[in-house]
Amino acid sequence: MASKGIKDQVAIVGMGCTPFGEHWDRSVDDMLIDASTEAYASAGIEQDDVDAFWFGTLASGVSGLTLSRALKINYKPVTRVENMCATGSEAFRNACYAVASGAYDLVAAVGVEKLKDNGMSGLVSQPLPGDGTRPELTAPAMFSLLAPAYANKYGVDTDEMKDVLTRIAWKNHYNGARNPRAQFRKEVGKDTICNAPLIAGQLGIFDCSGVSDGSAAAILCRAEDAHKYTDKPLYVKGLGFASGPAAGPIDPDYDYTTFNEVVASAADAYAQAGITDPRAQVAMAEVHDCFTPTELVLMEDLGFAERGMAWKEVMAGTYDLDGELPVNPDGGLKSFGHPIGASGLRMLFECWLQLRQEAPEDRQISSVTEGGKTLGMTHNLGGAPGECVSFVGIVGSELG
Amino acid sequence: MRGIIGYGTYVPYYRLQRSAITAALGSGGGRGTRAVASYDEDATSMAVEAGRNLLRSVDGLVPDSVYFSTATPPYLDKTNATVVHAALNLPSRVFAGDVGGAPRSVNAALRSALDGSRLTMVAAADVRSGRPGSADEAQCGDAAVAWLIGGEDDGSVIAEWLGGASATGEFLDRWRLPAWDYSRVWEERFGEHAYLPLVTEAADAAFKETGLEPADVDVAVITGLHSRAVRGAARVAGLGEVPVANDLSASVGNTGTPHAGLILSSVLDESDPGRTIMVMHLADGVDVGFYRTTDAIASYTAIPSVVDQIAAGNDDLDYQAFLTWRGFLEREPPRRPDPVPPAAPPSLRSQAWKYAFVGSRDRSTGTVHLPPQRVSVKGGAVDDMEPVPMADVGATVATFTIDRLAYSLSPPVIAVVIDFDGGGRFQCQMTDADPDTVAIGDRVTMTFRRLMTADGVHNYFWKARPAG
Repeated sequence: MASKGIKDQVAIVGMGCTPFGEHWDRSVDDMLIDASTEAYASAGIEQDDVDAFWFGTLASGVSGLTLSRALKINYKPVTRVENMCATGSEAFRNACYAVASGAYDLVAAVGVEKLKDNGMSGLVSQPLPGDGTRPELTAPAMFSLLAPAYANKYGVDTDEMKDVLTRIAWKNHYNGARNPRAQFRKEVGKDTICNAPLIAGQLGIFDCSGVSDGSAAAILCRAEDAHKYTDKPLYVKGLGFASGPAAGPIDPDYDYTTFNEVVASAADAYAQAGITDPRAQVAMAEVHDCFTPTELVLMEDLGFAERGMAWKEVMAGTYDLDGELPVNPDGGLKSFGHPIGASGLRMLFECWLQLRQEAPEDRQISSVTEGGKTLGMTHNLGGAPGECVSFVGIVGSELG
Repeated sequence: MRGIIGYGTYVPYYRLQRSAITAALGSGGGRGTRAVASYDEDATSMAVEAGRNLLRSVDGLVPDSVYFSTATPPYLDKTNATVVHAALNLPSRVFAGDVGGAPRSVNAALRSALDGSRLTMVAAADVRSGRPGSADEAQCGDAAVAWLIGGEDDGSVIAEWLGGASATGEFLDRWRLPAWDYSRVWEERFGEHAYLPLVTEAADAAFKETGLEPADVDVAVITGLHSRAVRGAARVAGLGEVPVANDLSASVGNTGTPHAGLILSSVLDESDPGRTIMVMHLADGVDVGFYRTTDAIASYTAIPSVVDQIAAGNDDLDYQAFLTWRGFLEREPPRRPDPVPPAAPPSLRSQAWKYAFVGSRDRSTGTVHLPPQRVSVKGGAVDDMEPVPMADVGATVATFTIDRLAYSLSPPVIAVVIDFDGGGRFQCQMTDADPDTVAIGDRVTMTFRRLMTADGVHNYFWKARPAG
């Protein structure tokens, strides 16, 4: 038994996304209102047209009330969704299935996170009562475990590895500099990135995604209704999701150079979408570059590079804005910022802009405008190497 | 015949050069080094390490009782010996209790064990310091010792207890209120005045009790926190030419409660059969005892020996780090949430895991799980597991990182993923290591540590450390 998929049954007909950043002057409610109303306007609808809502946040509120109270939703189903850093994608995925089931005609998926109100450095989680034996690594430390393992396995020396990670951060800052909604809108020189203070392992401050506030939203309907709302809908081609035994930290067979969950969720999504050669078929990919080694490993897990070769592809510019397969053309988590519950929908927002050829001119990718490619991918994960949840979604601007 | 069946010691990895104190403060300090419990160690965790070293040397013996003596107890009201008991994975029928408060309490525990009839572990440990610039800060040290006391029915006695005697006095020489992190002492010459007559009294009584004479003694172990009285003790005890054992003051410092045991262990490390050893401990009175090594000592090996642990120390410790670890220098913490203490019910549920590092092994595939699991990661068998103690199994670093963001009294945190010999993986902190030299493939062993303290709860668990 595998996923049957809902290819071309559901369409995205409107989207909204706030700027991401340190929004000292905006509350969770403000951001939810801004993203949702932008999405409604984009689809040409009123809030009362929406039949049901899927609302994702890691920790910026509980229950559907967080959304319905802010937006004064009139007695509609609001499902609060949480799946760590993949929360935004999970809200989108479940909303898609609700439409595909026929239960609703028009639904919204909304994600939000407010990270900058707690006064702490980095991401802070609320620990459950425990026995005090779980390793309490910070997020950059957990993902930095990938770097020495990858370098050791593939014979990349420490300095080369630093150059590879630096180039990933440099590329995502370059892209983010061309995105008015991004948290960090400046190019950053490789020397600056490379010489920044270390946070964890080889990772400096520029190897880490931006801790930020933000919200994003999507409006979905059945594919056959899409043109009621927009001339340029995106169609959902495949939705893969994997949550595994989380055995990496306890199983010596796991080598910290891959995410098994990503491989599984990508295979499922590709099968649903009929993709056999993702590197050639996909116009662009928004991937979960929470830290630079994550993006490196993802290139292999998602089939964009042979095993052990992604570091060379990175250095060759394969994933640059003007490269063979642009990855994170909007700047990614690195530069756009990572408000947890919003990120998955923010990735989708970039597909919305790029595949509809509505991205700013200096960021519009040629694989769409000249290459004629119509498929975009979003990849979103939560957790840590060896124990994560992973989402892979494929959307396209054409049916079939 | 009753006496010592086994012993184990623990000298922590770090040494403070006394000259570092002088350099920082312009006074205090002195020559040589003192042993320093790391930021993640306390008297209890060090007693666990000494107990592990002891139990490794007396293969298969399980004590009937555990007494733990310390003048620096991590907990009051809550028994500290139960942590030692749990970490050594001893059965619940084994009694464990604290005999603590002052350095002399170790002699209460030892005498009770020697006079009794059961196989008894006596563990002792102190973390000793004083206010910056004080004599205690420079001259004291941190260490632990564990003895196994019993008779010939219990195992091979390596040092027979020949008897001893005591003299008790009530005088104000050294004192500390429970909330203080340093001791106060009266004028040095007063203590000497009070101690030395008690030395003579106790030594005379001990010789009379045992029928020994000074000429029968091959070596004397003399210790106590009043160093001036200790220096004069051999003379007033009438020991004449009897050699006095190295008191380890140049390398370890005076470790207080465990110190007589630490010196005795260093003597036993080097002893042949038939040696008569006098132990004299000056602490609120004087306790004198005699041991004679038996033929069994020839086949006893304490691993590691005291001298090996002294040699393995790292004397690069900064004075600022030392002050920070001991709470005399409060540093700005990172902008991160306060640590959360372990909760009581989950800690009880996972007691064998948390305290004794016992994992589970899937009977059908042999897969080792750390922490123990009910469902196997290989094959998915449910509830077909047996407990597997992993604390003494070696491991290899599979990957690692240096976490500069995480809160620690001694940043940065070194985190390692380690693969155990024969199967099993765990991710944990690495301690007693240099963050600049950790590498994939490094060999490590497990060590029992206090990870942190929050809301007055000490979080004890295991870390990796470089294999010796």
